[in-house]
Order: sequence, then C-alpha cells, then structure tokens
Amino acid sequence: MSTPLVSVRDLKIGATTDSGRHVEIIKGVSFDIAPGEIVALIGESGSGKTTIALSLMGHTRTGCRIEGGEIRLGANTVTAMSEGQRAEIRGTEVSYVPQSAAAAFNPSQRIMDQVIEITAIHKLMPRDAAEKKAVELFRALALPHADTIGSRYPHQVSGGQLQRLSAAMALIGDPKLVIFDEPTTALDVTTQIEVLRAFRSVMEKGGMAGVYVSHDLAVVAQIADRIIVLKGGEIQEEGATQQILDAPAHPYTRELLAAFEPVLHKPLEFDDADHQPPILEVRNLSAGYGPIRNGEPGAKILKDINFALERGRNLGVIGESGSGKSTLARAVAGILPPYRGEVLVDGFQQEASLAQRSKEQLRHAQIVFQLADTALNPAQSIETILGRPLTFYHGMKGKAREARVIELLDMVRLPANLRHRLPSELSGGQKQRINLARALAAEPQLILCDEITSALDTVVAAAIIDLLKELQRELRLSYMFISHDLSTVEAICDDVLVMYKGEVVERLPAAKMSTDATHPYSQLLVSSVPKLDTGWLSGLEQDPALLERFGNR
Amino acid sequence: MLRSLTTWMLVGQRLAIALLTLVIVSFAVFFATELLPGDVAQILLGQAATPEAVAGLRKAMGLDEPAILRFLGWLAGLLHGDLGTSYVNHMAVAQLIGDRLVNSLKLAGITTLVSVPVSLVLGISAAMWRGSILDRVVTVLTISVISVPEFMVATLAVLIFAVWLGWLPALSYAADTSSFTAILKAYAMPVITLTFVVSAQMIRMTRAAVIETINTPYVEMALLKGARRSRMVLRHALPNALGPIANAIALSLSYLVGGVIIVETIFNYPGVAKLMVDAVSTRDLPLIQSCAMIFCVSYLSLITLADLIAILSNPRLRR
Repeated sequence: MSTPLVSVRDLKIGATTDSGRHVEIIKGVSFDIAPGEIVALIGESGSGKTTIALSLMGHTRTGCRIEGGEIRLGANTVTAMSEGQRAEIRGTEVSYVPQSAAAAFNPSQRIMDQVIEITAIHKLMPRDAAEKKAVELFRALALPHADTIGSRYPHQVSGGQLQRLSAAMALIGDPKLVIFDEPTTALDVTTQIEVLRAFRSVMEKGGMAGVYVSHDLAVVAQIADRIIVLKGGEIQEEGATQQILDAPAHPYTRELLAAFEPVLHKPLEFDDADHQPPILEVRNLSAGYGPIRNGEPGAKILKDINFALERGRNLGVIGESGSGKSTLARAVAGILPPYRGEVLVDGFQQEASLAQRSKEQLRHAQIVFQLADTALNPAQSIETILGRPLTFYHGMKGKAREARVIELLDMVRLPANLRHRLPSELSGGQKQRINLARALAAEPQLILCDEITSALDTVVAAAIIDLLKELQRELRLSYMFISHDLSTVEAICDDVLVMYKGEVVERLPAAKMSTDATHPYSQLLVSSVPKLDTGWLSGLEQDPALLERFGNR
Repeated sequence: MLRSLTTWMLVGQRLAIALLTLVIVSFAVFFATELLPGDVAQILLGQAATPEAVAGLRKAMGLDEPAILRFLGWLAGLLHGDLGTSYVNHMAVAQLIGDRLVNSLKLAGITTLVSVPVSLVLGISAAMWRGSILDRVVTVLTISVISVPEFMVATLAVLIFAVWLGWLPALSYAADTSSFTAILKAYAMPVITLTFVVSAQMIRMTRAAVIETINTPYVEMALLKGARRSRMVLRHALPNALGPIANAIALSLSYLVGGVIIVETIFNYPGVAKLMVDAVSTRDLPLIQSCAMIFCVSYLSLITLADLIAILSNPRLRR
C-alpha cells in the first residue's frame, strides 16, 4: 500500500456518564485507508462504529472525548487540531452522509441551499457555479427532475431521494474521504438498491475514499473493498471483503455470517388442527384514518383484505413502508376499528373496536409492538409491567402474581431477579423479551408481532426468533408476523401475505417466496433483498418497467 | 414567499378561533362583573337612601332590564366603539380609559423594546455556549429573578436608586418630564422592574427552545459541513425554534398590559391596571368591563400573533 490517506493509531474515546462514571467506548483502534479505497466498519449497535467514523472528522457526540491516539487525514493530524481548524477540513477534506437524511436536512430551508452550504461556508466557489455542480451531482446520483429538485423543501421529496441528496451534499466540496453512516438502513429494499448503485458509481467516478458504517454485511459486500469488524470498541477482524465472507477467522464474524444462513421454518403438527376453525380469519376488511363521512374514513388504507390463519401456523405480512402492514395489525387488534369487514378469532366474531371487546376476546389476541422502548412504561418496574395484565385478565394478586411473573420471565429466558428493575436498565433484546412476556401474561392463542425484531441487532433478533419458535411449541401459539425483512419472515412463517398500497397482492408459502412469486411486485421485492455475494448488485437485473411501477421513490 | 391555500386556511381558522374566544370572553367578563357583590344604585345613593330612590335610580340606569339584554346592548356598543358611561362620574368610559391606556401602552412598549432584545440575546447566547460560565450565570440569574416577587424587586429598586443613591425619582408620574433625560429617569425604574419580571421567563424559554433544536441531527449535520457555531445556531437552529420562542414572548408580554398593577401602584403610575382597581372599589361596572376587555383583547391578540408566527414559520406548510 502506498501512503495511506487516513491512518488511525491506537484511538481511544471515552465518555463520562451522568453519574460521573468514566466509560471507555473505543479501546485502542488502529487502521489505515488508502486513497480511493472504501472500508466498511461493521458491528452491532454499541460497537463504536459510528463513534469511530465521526472521530475521523474530529467530532465526538456530547459527553464523549478523544482521549488518546492519533488520527491523521492527508496532511492533517485531526487529533492535534483546534475546533476551528477542524471546521476548516469538514466538508472539504472529509464529509458525512448521515443515517437518516430525513432528519439531517433542515426542514425550514430549501434543499439547494443546504446542498451547496459547504461551498458557502468554505468560500469554495460562487453560488452559480455551486448550483451548477449540484445539479450535475443530482444527475450522477440518478435523481429525477435534477434541475428543479433543489428548489423544493425536504418534506416534499421521498426518503430515497433525500438520501441521495445528502450524498450530493457531502460530495459538493470534492472531499478526499466520505463517511457513510448507515445510509440505507432507513430505506426500503427496492429503494436501497437504487441508492447503493448511485453511491457506488459516484464514488468510483470521483476516486474518493470512503468509510461505510453498517450492521448489514450483505449491503457492505456490495460496496466495500475491505471490512473491519468491530465489537465492544475493539477491532475483531480486518480483511478484504471477499476474504471476510469466505473465511471469517473470528468467532464473532462467523456469528454475524451465520445469522444470514436461511433457517427454514418447520411447521408444527397438531393432531386436532383440522377439526377447529382458523385461529384468525379476516373477511373483506377495510380500514383507514381520518374523519368518517358516509361510513368511510378520509384516508382509506386497507382495501378489502381477506385471509385465514390456521391454528399453530404463522402468517408473515411483508411489504414496504406505507403498504399498510402495521395498519392491518392495528385493525385486527381493534386499535383502529375497521369500517368494513369482520375479524374472527377462533371462529368468533370480534367487535370492531377495542373498547367494545370483552375481556375474553381481548385475552385471545395480543399484540407486541416494534419499539419496546416506547411500549414499556419507563417509570414502572418489570414486575408491575407484567403484573398488570395478570391482575386484569386473571385477577391474580400478591404471591400468586409474583410467582407467575417469575414463570413468565423464565418463559422468555430471563432471570427472575430482573423483575425488580426498570425498563431503562435492560438491553434492547431483554426489553423486547419483556414486551413479549407481557403479551404472554394474558395466555393468548394468537400474537400479532409488529416488526418486533427490526430495531434489534442481527444476532439478538435471531435469538428472539428462536424464542418465538420455542414458545410456539410449548404453548401452541399462532403468530401473525409483520416485517419488512424477508429473511426473518422466512425463518418463522409458514405463509406470507405480500402487501402493496393497502392490498394483499399475493399469498405465498414462505419457503418458496423466490420461486413461487408470480405477482410482479412480489418478484421485485424478493429480488431486491441483498445477498451475501460481492457481485450481487452488479449482476442484478431488474425490469425497469417494474421499478417504475412499484419502486418506492 | 408564496404560501399554499392550506396555510391561509389554517391562518383563517386560527383567526376565527380568536374571534370566537373573544365573544366567549366578553360574555364571561360581563356576567362575572354582574356577580360582583353590592348594588351600584345602593352604593351611589349611600346608606340613607330610601328603597324608592334606589329603585328609581336603578330604572334610570337601566339596571332593571334582564342581564342578557344589557349584555347584547353592551356588546353592540363595544362594536361601535362606545364603551358606555361611568356610573360614578358620568364621563364616557372611553375618555376615562384613553389617557390611561396610552400611559400603559407606553410603559409596555418601552419595556418590550428593552426586554425582548435583551432576552433573545441572552437566551440564544446561553444556548449557543451551553454549559459555559455565561450560560450558568444567566441560568442562576433568571431563576433568582423568577423566584423574587415583583413588589420586592420594585421596592428594592426604590430603596437603592431613589432613597440611597438618589439617582432616580421614586414616583414616575409626578416626576418632571420636560427633557429627554428626565423622561428617561421617570421611566427607568418601572421599566427596569418590569423587564426583570418578564425577561426571566423569555430567556429560559428561548434557551430551552434553541437547545432543543441544537440537538437535532440537522444542526449536527451543519457542524459536520464545517459550519461555525454562530452559523449552526443562527441559520439552522433558530429558524426552527421561532414558534415556541414567539409563544413564550407573547405570554410574557401579555402580562405587561394587565398584570402590572403592583408596579403601577408602587411607582404611582397612572395606567389602566390602576384604573381598574379603582373602578372595582367604586363598583363602576362599565369601567371594569372595559378594562377587563382591554386586557383580554391584548392578551388574545398577542397569543394569536404568536400562533400565526408559528404557523407561518413552519416550512411544512409552505409550497
């Protein structure tokens, strides 16, 4: 390797918590990046990948501090510079593409003003020239209406477009290094492909070096030359992308890769399943939001949904954001009363709205929400959280209730002494288990799982899926499993409903999604899921007409 | 800047709500004063009056008509700018209030001119250099000012500036107003006291609103584009904090018109608040009602203005 563009030596970053305790976040990390090379930082949340990436710009988030080591970027030693000197190189030498472009754009300024702000701050070129350059970048990033898109406000363009616009914002000052901080995590798979393609082509053309922060190995495989695997603020393994994928040396890397292995779900066999009505049946269900006029709401979301879920089976619901997946769960649960159609649980018709349903009806179907953080009351102990449904549904009190709480914790594989803690004292995976245990407290037959693994790291999510399967075997549960992640759905579901714009376009057996999909939208969705293969994106051919029709841009 | 139809509809809606509130408030003001104990005719005629004389006066004043009719008559009068006639000295209420209102508005206006810029500068700079010495000093000062009641501030000001130092006159109105410096002197103490009282809340709210927007990803993004702190705060954080800041300022300023009675009394300043207190002691209903309406209207217009700023500064409503 010639002289590296970036060299990081023994970097140490620490933070002081509110209670005054000192925590080491990055524990002596060293690596180099050659000019024009794209290096991926891979790891789960809390591994320090974003902290390292930001430190390359001389920036640490509130409370954190670079405590040791050296970061060199080109001719500058970032660690030795003053804040004013660092501001000089931000945007010109090194720039940043944020995780959520939607949040990183100032809502009160036009897009163009923000994209060319770097040239204004650093007085790089006159405004006309900057705008011209921005439009060229918009074209290179395959943005529609390149000439006029800059005059819009951020809320007037889609998420995928904003993400590409944020890349244009980073590239306008011709930096030598671009930091991508999980730039596609918030996007739908079909949008992700387009954004990845756009990123890759501008990076290749400009000969820029990049740092690509991600937790998704399959995405990284498409774009990075080299991968650095992080855990607990330390480098676990470092190597060329192909080498990491083919011959991972470190156990943690292998664990990450193993989470990608498709685990096919084996349906459970119950002897008496044939003689009973389906656990959940939905007929001609339509639901929407907004004021109701003539019996129909202002914004209709779900249109005439029909399906049945047999006892002991699992039904996946997939689709992109805005397809109505979560609305379906809310309508079935009665949180959002459908304005037409009916919901039958165990053969019995349910009242449309939650308030009208009897306790027994409520008990049969429970819902688990995506974000355990917001679903668990932060001021209540785990025992109170789990105890409430026990008292409500089963009238349990005192010793009996405590014993049942311990039992529930054991069911979700958590130690009994956790019951005295508050939600904030648990990890993300533990909180999601508590969330699940709360649903189990009602002793339901059906659990509606709304994206329950999406906020979790790959390895933790895999463990939750295993737990769901075990619980199903023990308690004969049925799940309606909503997710945008096709591999998770594959791992737990028997059948899959593909939703698009509030309608079910197809019902498929989960194991044969890729081969059996006949509807063009299902085909597009299935083919858009990144594979652990460095050549996947280059070799991927999608019908442009399909993308035009269904691509969520 | 072109704005969409929806924006104007929201603005219209907000104005309609303000108008409706005003009608409800006028209703409340009228009937609340009706509930005041004591009878005007009785008070006017004194204890020795015969029942016949009281009844006659009541009839002459129109007090024997049903309350709702009197309310409608009063409302119609208000719409024509006729505030009624004082029961006590038979002068037009408008005339009684006129000078006083000008005085009050003068005091409020000067205080606004002093306090709003001071509060904005202090609040924004405290947020900009959060955790610095400046921020801590400002925070401690605002908390102590909020905790001290205004009569205390006013009395202390009189004690220090008028009694000990002898720099300023203790009474504002009686003071000489012939030269500019004399006016400055006359207004100094009421304005200082009021500024103390209203600024503290404005500083705290401004600081909180700006800090909240500083913590957003788009301000961090500005930092990562190489922006200096002043650019981050003034160009990126402040425009998005306008709504809450405008509301905090409106709430604080609305206090200036109605709630200044203590300050007006201590400095013997002839404003509307003092007039209203005098009117209450003489059961001068038309005067009380008019004063109350003035306070409500000023309060309502400030709040409405703040809401309109919040609506118009929200870019999601722009097209």
